[in-house]
Order: sequence, then C-alpha cells, then structure tokens
Amino acid sequence: MAEFTLPENSRFKDVPGRHHKAPAGAKRVKALRIYRFDPDSGDKPRIDRYEVDLDRCGPMVLDALIKIKNEVDATLTFRRSCREGICGSCAMNIDGVNTLACTKAIDEVKGEIRIFPLPHMPVIKDLVPDLTNFYAQYASVKPWLQARTPAPPDRERLQSPTDQEKIDRPSACILCACCSTSCPSYWWNGDRYLGPAALLAAYRWIVDTRDEATGERLDELEDPFRLYRCHTIMNCTEACPKDLNPARAIAELKKMMVERHL
Amino acid sequence: MSLRSPLGRVLGHGSARQGVHHWWSLRTTSAALVLLGAWFIFALLTRPDLGHATVSAWIAKPVTAVLLGLFVAVATWHSALGVQVVIEDYVHAKGPRVAALVASRFLHALVGVAAVFAILRIALGGAA
Repeated sequence: MAEFTLPENSRFKDVPGRHHKAPAGAKRVKALRIYRFDPDSGDKPRIDRYEVDLDRCGPMVLDALIKIKNEVDATLTFRRSCREGICGSCAMNIDGVNTLACTKAIDEVKGEIRIFPLPHMPVIKDLVPDLTNFYAQYASVKPWLQARTPAPPDRERLQSPTDQEKIDRPSACILCACCSTSCPSYWWNGDRYLGPAALLAAYRWIVDTRDEATGERLDELEDPFRLYRCHTIMNCTEACPKDLNPARAIAELKKMMVERHL
Repeated sequence: MSLRSPLGRVLGHGSARQGVHHWWSLRTTSAALVLLGAWFIFALLTRPDLGHATVSAWIAKPVTAVLLGLFVAVATWHSALGVQVVIEDYVHAKGPRVAALVASRFLHALVGVAAVFAILRIALGGAA
C-alpha cells in the first residue's frame, strides 16, 4: 500500500529536541523549529528550537538559517547558493508549504517557523533531501532540442516572438522540486509517475517550435503512470515559488494526447 | 541494493504507449453521467409516488428503460475506470494489485449485467 505514515525510525514525536535561546537583550525574537536528522548518528530525527534576534538578522528565512549555522549551531545542514530565487537549492517545507527559504520572508510566518525537508523524499541530512530520482526523471524527458532539419550554417534556428512566448514561462523552471514533492500522486508513485517538474520540462520542449521530436516525446509520456498519475490536484501550481503553472502544462499534454486520437 | 543507474530505474520497462483511451473514456462517461444523472433525479422527483407499482410501470416504458439501461451501464463503466485508478494509486505490491484489479473488473461486470438484466426484465415483462 501507499505509505501514509513515516517508518518507525523516522518518527520524531517522542524524541526531545534541543533548545537554543536568543542572546540576552534581544527584543524582537522569532523562534524556528527545525527538523534535524543525521543518519550516521543512528538516532531518530528530532525537532530543534532556535531563537533568532530579528534585529540582527536579514529578512528572509534563509538569512535566519545562515545566521543559526554561523553563530549558534554549525551542524545544521541545508543547501543554499544564490540567495535570490534563481538556483532552487534552498527548497524546503516552511510553515507547511514547499518554497524557497531565500524568497520566503520571516514576517510572512505568524508564530514559530516550522522548517522540514521537502516531503516524502529520502533525507540525506537535516534539510537536505536526496533528489537523485527527481533529477533522473528530468533527464528521462530528454530536455534538449531534437531536430532532424540541420541548423542553418550561418545563424541560429529562428523562432518568432509569439512562439518564444510559449516556452518563456515553462523555461523559467529552476528544478527546485517544490512542485513534485508537494504532489500526493508523486508521494505514492514517485518511482513511476514523472511528477510536475519533469512533465513541465517535457511540455517546454513539446511546445518549442524548433523541436521536431514532438511525436516521440508524446509517445514516451503516454503511459498510465508517467503522465496519467496526475489527478489535477494542483498542489504543484500552488507551491511553485516561481509562479509557474505545471498543472496547466500537464493538462495541455493530456489535451495533445487526445488530439492525436480524434 | 541495486547498482542500476537512476536513469535506468526511471526509464524502467519504457512507456506503455497507452492511457489516453482510459483518460478520455473517464471524461466522456463523466459528461454522460451529468446528463443521465440529471434526467434520473428529475424523472424520479416528478413521479406521483415512489411505490413499487408506480416505479415498475415507469421503468417499463421504452424511453425510461433505454435511458435507465444507459445510466447504469455508463455508471458501471465509469466506476470501473475510476476504481482502477484508485487501485493503481494506492496498492503497490504486485500480487495484491493484480488481484484487486481483476476483482474490481469482475465485480463491476457482475453489477452492470445484473442491473441491466433487472431493467430488461421489468421492461420486457415477466417481472410480475
């Protein structure tokens, strides 16, 4: 059956977490509850509580995480790079929603900020999920231009502005995995369902007017699991920190599948 | 532990090259059920009473029998398709999955045929 509960060794409810108080004299204190798990220790996961002085911290959740790592607890592990929403590294579940820590303002969360790794993925350590399968799914849709017509020898392949607009938004995906890991269908069947991120990438090449492998790409997607596990739940679109619409892209793919038959 | 590459695992046995027919059938049966369901509820509510004799006489009318037959057939088909999706979603072990899929088909066929038979029996007489 699908897994509705965490495995026994992943439950943190009965494990006491550690508390780190804000420095004395701090006036604007914000508490963060952060999921901690170190597979090498053999311990169960736990939730640690950190208090941060907002007067000595940047405005974003990532600023608070970096401050904690630098000044309070160097063992806290998370991915981050660009700190401006373009690399997708710091995707995590903040206050119950998958998003980027670098573009999520601390002010947006009332009360304590609960931070977990992206849901239903194997955890490497703390807030770092194993995205191997996710990246392999992206690779499986052949996310590159495929054309039989040779490119003109003296210039690039041309595309009209209208045609460019079709791929403009889907191309903006940063592969942060917020969408796929928010999708219940992906939770239950992530090994066979490609998930919204990979399907959005497939769509991006299918609607690219320079690409000539549309039929082959649709053939590869026409599968009860690869594509049709999408039940239009739309968590993907809700979660996307770049305001993209993977749910719509998947709906368009389903329409194209039908159009081939009618 | 398998040393198969992640891409190899994702590609698996390849695309089944089907699914569109199932998806399209689910949508078209939904549309049909909206119409047939609305007719069914409207027709039932406009009966003078819901006693056995009144309803039997109503079902015996040719138009009713045809529409009611369509209604149960389409509903059964739609349900079979939908339950199949639910099983595929949640039952992962190969043995139980195949068993559940087969059992669902058998059960839906049984229910559908029995319902159509009941309607025909009333419509064509013999159900006194």
